[in-house]
Amino acid sequence: MAQTLYDKLWSGHVVHTEDDGTTLLYIDRHLVHEVTSPQAYEGLRLAGRKPWRTGSIVATADHNVPTDGSDLAVADPTSRAQVETLDDNIRTYGALAYFPYRDKRQGIVHVIGPENGVTLPGMTVVCGDSHTSTHGAFACLAQGIGTSEVEHVLATQCLLQKKSKSMLVRVEGELGRGVSAKDIALYVIGQIGTAGGTGFAIEFGGSAIRALSMEGRMTLCNMAIEAGARAGMVAVDQTTIDYLRGRPFAPRDEQWDRAVEYWRTLKSDDGAQHDRVVDIDARRITPQVTWGTSPEMVTDIRGQVPAPEDFADPVQREGVARALQYMGLTPRTPIDQIRIDKVFIGSCTNSRIEDLRAAAKVVQGRHIADNVKLAMVVPGSGLVRAQAEAEGLDKVFKAAGFEWREPGCSMCLGMNADRLDPGERCASTSNRNFEGRQGAGGRTHLVSPQMAAAAAIAGRFADVRDVV
Amino acid sequence: MNPFTTLDGLVAPLDRANVDTDAIIPKQYLKSIKRSGFGPTLFDEWRYLDVGQPGQDHSKRPLNPDFVLNQPRFQGASILLVRENFGCGSSREHAPWAIEDFGFRAILGTTFADIFFNNCFKNGLLPIRLPQTELEQLFLQCAGTPGYRLRIDLESQTVIRPDGHVIRFDVEAFRKYCLLNGFDDIGLTLRQADKIREFEARRRIEQPWLFA
Repeated sequence: MAQTLYDKLWSGHVVHTEDDGTTLLYIDRHLVHEVTSPQAYEGLRLAGRKPWRTGSIVATADHNVPTDGSDLAVADPTSRAQVETLDDNIRTYGALAYFPYRDKRQGIVHVIGPENGVTLPGMTVVCGDSHTSTHGAFACLAQGIGTSEVEHVLATQCLLQKKSKSMLVRVEGELGRGVSAKDIALYVIGQIGTAGGTGFAIEFGGSAIRALSMEGRMTLCNMAIEAGARAGMVAVDQTTIDYLRGRPFAPRDEQWDRAVEYWRTLKSDDGAQHDRVVDIDARRITPQVTWGTSPEMVTDIRGQVPAPEDFADPVQREGVARALQYMGLTPRTPIDQIRIDKVFIGSCTNSRIEDLRAAAKVVQGRHIADNVKLAMVVPGSGLVRAQAEAEGLDKVFKAAGFEWREPGCSMCLGMNADRLDPGERCASTSNRNFEGRQGAGGRTHLVSPQMAAAAAIAGRFADVRDVV
Repeated sequence: MNPFTTLDGLVAPLDRANVDTDAIIPKQYLKSIKRSGFGPTLFDEWRYLDVGQPGQDHSKRPLNPDFVLNQPRFQGASILLVRENFGCGSSREHAPWAIEDFGFRAILGTTFADIFFNNCFKNGLLPIRLPQTELEQLFLQCAGTPGYRLRIDLESQTVIRPDGHVIRFDVEAFRKYCLLNGFDDIGLTLRQADKIREFEARRRIEQPWLFA
């Protein structure tokens, strides 16, 4: 029978199935960071257990770490305790690779996995972080898990779960100028809603997806969770294989050939049935900007802020009214008239080299507007940072008035010192515009790197197609 | 994990959709390396008028009198009524830890985000998916009845209203079994250790590059 990519990934990892369908799924790669792992290692220790296979573990410190480069130690004592606890746990139990704070390969866990080749097609990948869906860009079954599950995977190398339904999001046609993978992600979420993918694993397909680079595919799969889907994925093609060749942890020589042969089978068969199919015309996608406190509250840069009465459902209407109040926005305001205070280019969604190149192209030879208090670029990893510096991108950003930071999660979630103050409005390339996400009272608008750069220059949201 | 069998509890309503885990427990509290003590900072930004910090005495902070859980009639509630897509966003298990630590044992809604839903079961917290019409009735009755209580019986998979109306709900058999008995699922999984080793040995031969 014709199988979907998800069917293949699932069935290839089944160890055991209970009568009700609850399945023990074998896990190939376990990514670990400092925030969601301490309690899991502690649980393991209290129960007198040991990790099942430390060779599956790749760890880094990313959520808490400072990015200003001003000190060698983590100044905040509670953050430091988490980073040091991770150091201790990895030292005690071991791992395939550990990229600690200040290591030149340290960075956001969803950036360092792929760039080092520790994420490989056909793997099951887990991490105590919802944006683990990112790794699905490599035709992996990659999912975010809670801390109890982190402990479960450490102890048993397996995850207990039932199979999800499968959704195909098919994006056909060519993307317009100035439109990126981030805009596809936001547009799709605007169409299906933040709960549209709940209970599903999403496969992204169609000519527009095949035309994306691996970095674009990662951006898209990263935001599958924002559509409610625990996993997002894209089939293997030549782009996937070309990206992986020569990566430090990718197979070599005879093993590479064997692996590639297998990887090429990782796509949905012709005629495979998905439980739901969503068709999107790529030509309809324009640069997107969120206006509310949920990623589904999104519109076109040429659009305007909606009014609560535009929505028929009373719960939704009230949600919109509350969001507009929180965001300090008046209905019918044109999006390109919304002025901003800060700009954040970074996060596991958009901090890779292509993202930085795209933003640099917009700011080249320009300067951030006077009303922009802070514009910062936080590369996803030490390697991304080094590559950008080799290309001179750091100079472009600094000349334009941006701060050039050290790698980390930074102001995507504001666990370190990088955050918004109450009432501040930010053009952000991150993934969540929830209340307080970037700092208590902060107001987040999600955009692509190009659009964040254009907003920094204009001091308000601006259509990147008019700038470049 | 504490077993869950039956619960007769006071009900509190949280009448907003898409409540995300950042709202349930803000980031500054994720720096703890413990599993307990998150109750005082549940819904922190809605519950208090100031911005809280870890390590602070939360009992001295100014409460937001408009927030539902601060109202005297809902003190001691152990059942939370919620709207759709509850628990969306981050995978942080600190969210169910905070809800459980606050005193809730069951959450009744229409839809829950997948990771959050799953995390609840690992912590003796029962999330129940109900039809929209039933949930709407519960919100109405709760609003109109001071001291509104519900009885939940996991064994028979029922929610029983004070007027005797019985609502049946679905729960996966394996999750129910673990919750009724308070089982640690790692222990259960390790009973399959031979199968895991067998699977792993086969995989090592078929895809050796995964074990390099």
